[in-house]
Amino acid sequence: MRLYNGLKSISGSLIAVDNVEGIGYDEVADIRLADGSLRRGRVVEVDKGRAILQVFEGTAGLSLENTRTRFTGRPMEIPLAEELLGRVFDGAGRPIDGLGEIHAEKYGDINGRPLNPVMRSYPRNYINTGISSIDALMTLIRGQKLPVFSGSGLSHNKLAVQIVRQAKIADEDGADFGVVFAAMGVKNDVADYFRRSFEESGVLERVVMFLNLSDDPIIERILTPKCALTAAEYLAFEKNMHILVILTDMTSYGEALREFSSSKGEIPARKGYPGYLYSDLASMYERAGVVEGSIGSVTQIPILTMPNDDITHPIPDLTGYITEGQIVLDRELEQKGIYPPVSVLPSLSRLMKDGIGEGYTRADHSDCANQLFAAYAKVGDARSLASVIGEDELSPTDKAYLRFGELFEKYFLNQYFDENRSIDQTLDLGWTLLSALPRTALDRVNEKLLDEKYHPEKLDELLRTSPQ
Amino acid sequence: MNTVYSINGPVVKVKNTSDFSMLEKVAVGEKQLVGEVIGINSDETTIQVYEVTTGMKPGEPVAGTGAPVSAVLGPGIISNIFDGIERPLRDIAAADGVYISEGAQVSELDTSKKWDVTLKVAVGDEVTGGQIFAACPETGVIEHRSMVPHGISGKVVFAAANGSYTIEDTIITVEDESGTRHDIKLAQRWPIKTPRPYKNRLPIHRPLITGQRVIDTMFPIAKGGTAAVPGGFGTGKTMTQHQLAKWCDADVIVYIGCGERGNEMTQVLEEFSGLIDPKNDRPLTDRTVLIANTSNMPVAAREASIYTGITIAEYYRDMGYHIAIMADSTSRWAEALREISGRLEEMPAEEGFPAYLPSRLAAFYERAGFVEPFGAEEGSVTVIGAVSPQGSDFSEPVTQNTKRFVRCFWALDKSLAYARHYPAINWNDSYSEYTDEFSEFYSDNVDPDFAPMRRRMASLLAEENKLMEIVKLIGADVLPDDQKLTIETARVIRVGFLQQNAYHKDDTYVPLQKQFLMMKCILALHDKALAAIQSGILFTDIVATGLFDVLVKMKYDIPNDEPERFTALEAQIEKVFDDRFAGVNGS
Repeated sequence: MRLYNGLKSISGSLIAVDNVEGIGYDEVADIRLADGSLRRGRVVEVDKGRAILQVFEGTAGLSLENTRTRFTGRPMEIPLAEELLGRVFDGAGRPIDGLGEIHAEKYGDINGRPLNPVMRSYPRNYINTGISSIDALMTLIRGQKLPVFSGSGLSHNKLAVQIVRQAKIADEDGADFGVVFAAMGVKNDVADYFRRSFEESGVLERVVMFLNLSDDPIIERILTPKCALTAAEYLAFEKNMHILVILTDMTSYGEALREFSSSKGEIPARKGYPGYLYSDLASMYERAGVVEGSIGSVTQIPILTMPNDDITHPIPDLTGYITEGQIVLDRELEQKGIYPPVSVLPSLSRLMKDGIGEGYTRADHSDCANQLFAAYAKVGDARSLASVIGEDELSPTDKAYLRFGELFEKYFLNQYFDENRSIDQTLDLGWTLLSALPRTALDRVNEKLLDEKYHPEKLDELLRTSPQ
Repeated sequence: MNTVYSINGPVVKVKNTSDFSMLEKVAVGEKQLVGEVIGINSDETTIQVYEVTTGMKPGEPVAGTGAPVSAVLGPGIISNIFDGIERPLRDIAAADGVYISEGAQVSELDTSKKWDVTLKVAVGDEVTGGQIFAACPETGVIEHRSMVPHGISGKVVFAAANGSYTIEDTIITVEDESGTRHDIKLAQRWPIKTPRPYKNRLPIHRPLITGQRVIDTMFPIAKGGTAAVPGGFGTGKTMTQHQLAKWCDADVIVYIGCGERGNEMTQVLEEFSGLIDPKNDRPLTDRTVLIANTSNMPVAAREASIYTGITIAEYYRDMGYHIAIMADSTSRWAEALREISGRLEEMPAEEGFPAYLPSRLAAFYERAGFVEPFGAEEGSVTVIGAVSPQGSDFSEPVTQNTKRFVRCFWALDKSLAYARHYPAINWNDSYSEYTDEFSEFYSDNVDPDFAPMRRRMASLLAEENKLMEIVKLIGADVLPDDQKLTIETARVIRVGFLQQNAYHKDDTYVPLQKQFLMMKCILALHDKALAAIQSGILFTDIVATGLFDVLVKMKYDIPNDEPERFTALEAQIEKVFDDRFAGVNGS
């Protein structure tokens, strides 16, 4: 008997059903209300004789007496088929575009299963995003998870769209490109912005959207990224596609998880988030990768807004420990009118070292990147000194750094939304800007390369031809 | 039959039974998932399950095994990659494909592989626990020495002939005093939470040489010592661990990826099989064991992975080897403790961590040491644990408690990492309690001047740190020339010495002798320059010689195998000063 009448208790989004038998942990149940409407729930705890369920759509309107719960005996699954592409689903994987149900080729458990580390291939192929700061300094690699750490009001959505538009290259190995987009707690118009941008750039038929908007049930939000990643894994590893997964906003996801955890009465760890937040985030981020025996890949760009721009907040902090680097956006740059406002120093791509250089990008890539990082780090020192003693009192070297900093931000970081720079353009631009510094200051590069790349006259030409 | 009563994530409870004992290994559910008993009271037994419990139902069977969770120790460990409870991941992949599914039934070590065994005892010999009775080549560099299990001693009544045997074949039979016969094989079991015994603990006296200048020269670690590497994300914890795993002079490396990234383990696998150990011309995998329990693998097995790793290390130590363990990261292990503790509804201490966190950390780090095992002259286990402080805040419980139990602390610094100064070990916050204990070693093996020079370099850096406070406020121009020199020398030390390029063929590993000669050159230049300044020569004129920049690049310009070129470099410094400033300072 898998059908039960009545509930024992209701608390927050959780309900308890008594006198049950043979109910499995994590299985899904249909809950029929007195008025005939249907909701879904998931078993989050079982004691002998009692099951605790989390109701996705919330418990408003549920009563102890007239509720009927039917257990399906299966974990949460979504239908999978190639026709997912171009479709729009709600946060729990139900179609909301009016095009009917998916004819499933198979069903996938949304929790996924851990990839065996020995079956992973180490990601090496870089994705040319056409954005100088990313391509040169925090190169995105196919199969990587590289989050964008942003703040409310910064241009992270625009950046994500630009990456999708410009990265949409079909591979030489013939694998197709696709996007899986998961929105968690984002505003209606943000979701709409993404949809329109995908449409304009002609990728909409290659996009699967999972939308849990800010007024949708918060509990479904916990499922949204998992549904999206299940679809992504299927398309990548079984249909050999290169899938770029955009998860926005992971902070809303974390908050939903916190709400759920506290309603279960769990002991909180930092800032009220559950102790398993790290494991939970990891179970999603680790679903990026390349596996042996498939030419497809799952690349993740999770976007998260740092509450109060605080990078030590548990969500960005734990994310940074799991992901392979981060792209940090900066409010000060945004206010200066720099787009994309990528804060270079705290940003990093851990996988770039093996995916750049000869045979991938260009032989001088790592020298150029290292020197740009080192030089820009000194810009910060020069600026703080200037704010104390005044610019005029600075030594000539420090003045050169100040100038380099300005030029670097204006010409290198800054670019147009529709400007797609090749890796050659980006690296050449980097060398040209480094020529604003005295040659001896370029201590990360050997003399031979400097002879080839150090050309102050090119900088003059740049300033003459494009005074931005 | 005992059955599952309740399930909450990895925590499963069984009611009304007294069949189980603490820390006993149990098989839980229809799929026989591996679990461990972690709590018993009169009406319920609590079990933590090392695998995902999705789909498990109350009423499924729970069976005890009568033994604690143990590691199987025998030939076939080295070069292998295991999950947290010593199941070989390659075998799981062969059975299950790309994903790991629960309830995988694979044996820990290959039972069909034959090893080329040479006996070390003969019939009639008296043997005791821990004594080596046979040896076989395990990899190109490691000879596996099988030991009589602890607790067994007596007379050898049977000994197989030298030849090929599997780990299940009986190699010798021992009859003890009571007349009981024990068949002894190449492999044995040992409970992972119990330290393996040894005859004596020996004093720490030798450094683990890593080829990393900031470690070997400034903050050395001992063979048998303990070190913590704390750092926020992106500061290079994993990179530091990889460098040590590649280059340190231990015989065996146990690399535990505990709750970290899957791609990193893949990288270690790929990179280490491609890298050749210069000491013996064999791939680094020939001396490496990997334990991978990545962040998305079950959390309870993350806790076990640390113990599995250190048990394997102790086992090789008992054969007379020097082992280095890299645990990346102990914070994830502590979080696993917290997660299980939360599910048991225990009273939390700081930040939700259980009150027994410090005692568990201490128990782990105390398994390091330099010892005299029963079957060999000496062996050691060095533990290097990465710590991932939440919010990069070193005052959090795991970092603070770890600090109490380690003697070497390499603090990774975000601002150094942002400036791409690697390894980003902050010289002001880090320390090593071993430096004094090694004075003699350095004096005997490198140069008597090593320790005093190291102290001078440290004090120059400390002085720079003070001066930089002033520079930040008023700029460097107003400082007197001798202080400007201190800042310039400190720059050379920072950029030319402490900074080390892991991707440069020479700089990735630097022998102690070269480290010493580099240090000597830097200090020689400093002394020359200081003397010149005191005799009235301008600091800017000295900088104009370009010698400082020559020293910054000497790590690249002078190959590791041409130390004699440092003598030429010193002569060059001498000559430049004599030629340019001779008239002024009269030297």
